[in-house]
Amino acid sequence: MRIALFATCIVDAMYPQTAKSTVKILERLGHEVIFPAGQACCGQMHMNSGYMPEALPVVENHVRAFDTDDYDVAVAPSGSCVASVKHQHAFLADRLGKPELKERATAVGKRTYELSQLLVDVLGITNAAEQLGSYFPETITYHPSCHGMRLLKLGDRQLDLLKTVGGITVNELPEADQCCGFGGTFSIKNPDVSSAMLDDKVNNICSTGASACAGGDASCLMHIGGGLSRTGAKPKTLHLADILASTMEETVAL
Amino acid sequence: MTQVFLGMPAGGLGNLVETEPFPAAAHRELGNTQMRKNLRHATHTIRDKRLRVVGELPDWEQLRDAGSAIKNSAMFNLEERLLEFEKNFTARGGVVHWARDADEANTIVRDLIRETGSTEVVKVKSMATQEIGLNEYLETQGIEAFETDLAELIVQLGHDKPSHILVPAIHKNRTEVRDIFLKEMPDVDPALTDEPAKLAEAARKHLRAKFLSAKVAISGANFALADTGTLGVVESEGNGRMCLTLPETLITVMGIEKVLPHTDDIEVMMQLLPRSSTGERMNPYTSMWTGVTEDDGPQNVHIVLLDNGRSRVLSDSFGRSALNCIRCSACMNVCPVYERTGGHAYGSTYPGPIGAILSPLMTGIEVEKNNSLPYASSLCGACFDACPVKINIPEILVHLRGEDVDSQRDKHKIPTQMDLLMKGGSWVLGKGKNMKLVEKALPLGRLAAGKNKKIKKLPGIAAGWTQSRDIPAPPAQSFRDWWSAEKESK
Repeated sequence: MRIALFATCIVDAMYPQTAKSTVKILERLGHEVIFPAGQACCGQMHMNSGYMPEALPVVENHVRAFDTDDYDVAVAPSGSCVASVKHQHAFLADRLGKPELKERATAVGKRTYELSQLLVDVLGITNAAEQLGSYFPETITYHPSCHGMRLLKLGDRQLDLLKTVGGITVNELPEADQCCGFGGTFSIKNPDVSSAMLDDKVNNICSTGASACAGGDASCLMHIGGGLSRTGAKPKTLHLADILASTMEETVAL
Repeated sequence: MTQVFLGMPAGGLGNLVETEPFPAAAHRELGNTQMRKNLRHATHTIRDKRLRVVGELPDWEQLRDAGSAIKNSAMFNLEERLLEFEKNFTARGGVVHWARDADEANTIVRDLIRETGSTEVVKVKSMATQEIGLNEYLETQGIEAFETDLAELIVQLGHDKPSHILVPAIHKNRTEVRDIFLKEMPDVDPALTDEPAKLAEAARKHLRAKFLSAKVAISGANFALADTGTLGVVESEGNGRMCLTLPETLITVMGIEKVLPHTDDIEVMMQLLPRSSTGERMNPYTSMWTGVTEDDGPQNVHIVLLDNGRSRVLSDSFGRSALNCIRCSACMNVCPVYERTGGHAYGSTYPGPIGAILSPLMTGIEVEKNNSLPYASSLCGACFDACPVKINIPEILVHLRGEDVDSQRDKHKIPTQMDLLMKGGSWVLGKGKNMKLVEKALPLGRLAAGKNKKIKKLPGIAAGWTQSRDIPAPPAQSFRDWWSAEKESK
């Protein structure tokens, strides 16, 4: 299969390792990965902050970059960005009265998958150790990010993949389904409420005794990781893709 | 048929606006540790209960779809449904009054009470009358209103404001309730303990006298059935039913969006509502009345159909599904923001996620200063998941943020920091090559992060982030540049 990688802006600029891991996993399965060079961002930050006209060029750019016959499916290592591509782009086009953009955005959305969605639903991965050679000898816990859980209905796809990684121990996170408090510009517009939500998330993670909290969204992980770092807590944050890409020979360091 | 736009319908009046910007109110409320403890306990208890009873129904999702479809169809030709209701309600001996806004509704109710010669009324728990500030208005007109719902009574005796639409005193624990009763309830037993049964008994004794003497009752309504002219109230205590049956005059104030097309529709609604609100399979007291029944119950039956901004909501194609709300409160019970700030932080009668959309939709975001509420959400989506009539609250929040930003554009000459961030971001993220250019500066960020590879303090609006979070040092090279170097050169 020819798979187009949508790296997402935050992974591209801040966590390139996660995009490399995504490429590694897919190539390991024998697929060809391409990177549409025009891509930048899903525009979620602009839309969620209410800046619709400013979001338009970002959304148009994404649609331009991915509305091609050059690939079979697109994948992004982020539930939130995929949810934006699948749902929010059409909403913006509607709101700004752009029916042609809506049609193209909807078509792109249909071909775009979140990483665990692609691995489980399309590529039939049920055992990460056996099928991907994943190996990560650490105790982790797992935060299911809101948009993956509620907008994409990912269910246990990410957690099930993690549980089948070789050498791993997965401890359950109390109140896992509760938002970490990031919410994009919510964290700077309502810093007190956001911080109160983050406090609870950090405490719950620490209570598991895990050395890392895994998740499928780099932005939420940056938020949680920022909180853990500030409080001096031991656990790190790590993207699902990085754990799946980790092998016996090349084990990812915490 | 040609459609003529008659202008935007008027915004709602009354208790629909934030009293101060949400972040400031939230800052204060977050410091109230007792309230936060009470609220955490209460919301988590209701959450778990709701999940249990919802989980019992294999067709819960289909019920939600049906509920949503029923409300959509009612809103689709609301005018016809309301006229049909008026015809049937009137035919059965009731009197219909139409109120454009809070002021009109208050005046109508006052005049109806004055006609009876009474200066006291008993009240059934009602959101509509909270919204229009009826009790406060009646007080200025020399009429005393007694709340009979236990939680509303606690709020009224405590000179407080409701903080939840279903459990108005959710921010108080039983010891605090006992203290309020001891201080404010005449003839209360001074040895009253904080045992729930004892508190209920004290309230019962206090209220019984009012039920037996009151000549006028005021209620809200959970629904009105267009095809029969029937009104319905859904409650848990039976106090509502006392008000609805004992007095001679019954005045109901109801938002126009509460009309349901058909009697059959309550089959769906009465499965959705109790499970979503109190986490019960069946509602304890469901009272329905159709006009006047000779020698039985109230002989003067009135309804005030209240617009107060609802037509305005209906005219907003992206926001109108907010009118589908059946006031179950599931959205606030699951909301991580509400759980931490409580309802008072929202200012409006309608707190929580639904309040954050309904209040500014009803008043208009630009007409009044009511624009911080749509930002009071991390857009986690728990509210949408819990909503029994599938109101896409996060999407409407985003829509309203858009309305707010657009309405601010011409107001300030100098762009705000957020404006600049978004405009700059639009350029950078609008093209792959622009992003590539900006990413060349990543090493500068590494420099700023220093030896421990953490950025601990940022200026301006970004200081909100660094108040409780570090930012990791950026990488030396973006993925994009790595890809060009590694993959494309081969």
